[in-house]
Amino acid sequence: MAQTFEPNLIGFLCNWCSYAAADLAGSNKLEVPANLATIRVMCSSRVDPIFILNAYLRGIDGVIIAGCHPGDCHYQTGNYYARRRFALLSKILKTFNLDPHRFRLSWISASEGQRFSQVTKEFAESIQKAGPNPLRKKPFID
Amino acid sequence: MKALKIAKSPDDAIKELLSSLFENQKIKGVFSLFYDQDYFYGLVTDKELFNKLTPTAPVMPANGGKMLSRLTMIEPPAVPIAVVLKPCELRAFYELSKLEQANLENLIFISFVCAGVLSLKEIKNNIEEKVANANQKQGLRECCQLCENFVPENADLILPLIDGDNKTTIFIKTERGEELLQGIENNLVEEDFDSAKLSSIKEERSRYREKTWQNLKTENLGIPGLIDIFGRCINCHACGRACPICYCNLCYFDSADNDSGPRVYEAELERRGALRAPSGTIFYHIGRMIHVSLSCVGCGMCSDVCPVSIPVGTIFTRVAEETQRLFNYVPGRNLEEKIPISTFEIKEFEELGEA
Repeated sequence: MAQTFEPNLIGFLCNWCSYAAADLAGSNKLEVPANLATIRVMCSSRVDPIFILNAYLRGIDGVIIAGCHPGDCHYQTGNYYARRRFALLSKILKTFNLDPHRFRLSWISASEGQRFSQVTKEFAESIQKAGPNPLRKKPFID
Repeated sequence: MKALKIAKSPDDAIKELLSSLFENQKIKGVFSLFYDQDYFYGLVTDKELFNKLTPTAPVMPANGGKMLSRLTMIEPPAVPIAVVLKPCELRAFYELSKLEQANLENLIFISFVCAGVLSLKEIKNNIEEKVANANQKQGLRECCQLCENFVPENADLILPLIDGDNKTTIFIKTERGEELLQGIENNLVEEDFDSAKLSSIKEERSRYREKTWQNLKTENLGIPGLIDIFGRCINCHACGRACPICYCNLCYFDSADNDSGPRVYEAELERRGALRAPSGTIFYHIGRMIHVSLSCVGCGMCSDVCPVSIPVGTIFTRVAEETQRLFNYVPGRNLEEKIPISTFEIKEFEELGEA
């Protein structure tokens, strides 16, 4: 039997929306990738790009940051800052050809359990297609 | 633009101007590059020491903007001080002021069109001789050779330094500069600052920049390419210490947050069966790019202080070009412009987050 590659994923979920959406997806028995490790943060802007870089260098296959839709941030403007940070990180990764497609920013509100399930499943599939992070098994990287 | 002509070398012209400003009580001190056994930045309030000034020497022993920020961070000087800085140092100082690490009050800025500075490694021996013979390219920092921002924008007085022997023109860029010279220098002339010579220097620099980027090809690097460049890093963090923008007293990368305990090592060994020491060098460099590239002024201090000769500044300048373009931001251009990650627009990057 051919071994299928199951990507290791991290999800940084905003406490006020996407984390609740994940909860809702669960209560509604919607499918969510089993190997998505969720980390609850108080706001998507809490996610320092350094966290993502660190995970990447240690071999993570994909990282998704999910926060409130623009205009809906619990702290008014946090997600706008998160968006700029994500744009900055993506630009740097692109400049060095470091798999920018492994990282995603998604707006998922508390009521969007369906969207949470869809986005994470679709993301997992795209990473599955892209294959494992080559750094995962590579020795002497960093 | 109004200008003042002095029939002396640029350094002597600046010395003469500063002396007369000092005698007329318009300034109480000077912060600039000095020479006394060696080059260094200093603040002087004793006129007898003005003869040690060498404001336009092609040397950058430390980034002057960073040095000045250390002096003005808590409070600006109580009396007016004239400051002579290279354009990139001035831009760094502006960035530090945006980061609340510097005060601009009571400072009068004098800057000049910069032909680049000698790499510190070049001038270790025979420093005077090498400075005297510094020509356009030999021994210059690579960052200087590819610098396109060598014309100061935000100084009160600027010197183009292209007049030739013993002729110096000092242009008055701001109202403050004009006020400063009122009653002291009355023989002002009207002259154009821009010249064919300046644009030809700019073209030459742009060509060099293009060529360097073509050789570097960052878009092909990937992790193997980055290991080629940063693999010999000894993790001394000197580049961060010398960087004008890296201002944190306790750097994240030096902090306990970034300490890898046995748990981290064990996980690493389990995953890869190996680890590299010193560890986290690529993490450090890309991390620093995330932290400072938007404000990077391309001064090249980082490359110069690197004990293992990694072209840190060249790589940073390349990344900074991309990240600064993303936000249409030029560090040090304008005090009103916020550093991009400290602000946002409601309508921007709208494709992000929708997927």
